[in-house]
Amino acid sequence: MWRVGTVVMLHDETTTARTITLEVPDWPGHLAGQHVDVRLTAADGYSAVRTYSIASATSLEKRVELTVERLPNGEVSPYLTRQVAVGDRLELRGPIGGWFVWRTEQTEPVQLIAGGSGLVPLMAMIRSRAAFGSSAPFRLLYSVREPGAAFYCDELRRRSENDRSLSLTYAYTRATPKDWPRPPGRIDAALVEEAAWPSKIIPTCYVCGPTPFVESAAGFLSACGHAADKIKTERFGPTGGRK
Amino acid sequence: MSAQMNYLDGNAAAGELSKIFAIDVTAAQGQCAHCGTKKRFAEAHLYMQCPGLVARCCVCEHILLRFADVRHRAFLDLRGMSYLCFDTA
Repeated sequence: MWRVGTVVMLHDETTTARTITLEVPDWPGHLAGQHVDVRLTAADGYSAVRTYSIASATSLEKRVELTVERLPNGEVSPYLTRQVAVGDRLELRGPIGGWFVWRTEQTEPVQLIAGGSGLVPLMAMIRSRAAFGSSAPFRLLYSVREPGAAFYCDELRRRSENDRSLSLTYAYTRATPKDWPRPPGRIDAALVEEAAWPSKIIPTCYVCGPTPFVESAAGFLSACGHAADKIKTERFGPTGGRK
Repeated sequence: MSAQMNYLDGNAAAGELSKIFAIDVTAAQGQCAHCGTKKRFAEAHLYMQCPGLVARCCVCEHILLRFADVRHRAFLDLRGMSYLCFDTA
């Protein structure tokens, strides 16, 4: 079932990523971690469908925010990050996915591990936690290419400064801020062990990013003793095609 | 990226499968007909580089589900699962 959303706000997160706020009159509400399919249809009837994670918190509002990263050879993301304008209408299917979700009634510690734009559904969890006044302790380990590529920086800093039970660890893979203690590099077992909750407190872990990133991060969590059924993953990569 | 890294999670099939299932399939538990593993469908390995979707068991890589929607006719093959268990609450 496809719904129609109207673009009401646009905000550039980085030079290649944009947050699109849509007003969807029949939006049924969503859980943090869910996604939507977006369908674009050209005048000749050709259509393309892509999946995007929801960035906004669980709420009763008829609004939903998507953060879209522009892919170099993308078919849909260049349109969504460059051309789409306030007032445009987009077709949406969702919210979808009932597995990779954080529910506001969960009280156990949560470990979030994001690679690049894999932060988006995890941000929805952080925002939902705040919106519902949850005190579930959260840790985020965020692997990103360089400081300028990081999403939601100011908001994350503000949220963690005001909340001792939300902690952030950045890991830069190509370039770090000046005087950063760790040289640029991918996350590794030592960093996961140092930055993540210990397995003995049995956190629920959410890992989102490109497939190779998720494979390695989930592997490091397992090696640190986290049980497979406590590690939820969402891999992303090129999807879709002609419909 | 190696060929083995070309998959997503069963999560990513939720939109396509919502065309035919009334309840979210990705949160359902399925049993692999080949190795007997019981996992949430969301944990399957999903391949989308084909005309439809192919989901494989994350343990033994046996095919669990095939789905294709071509010219308004949808084909669903569930032979690879002995069952799917849905939470209807």
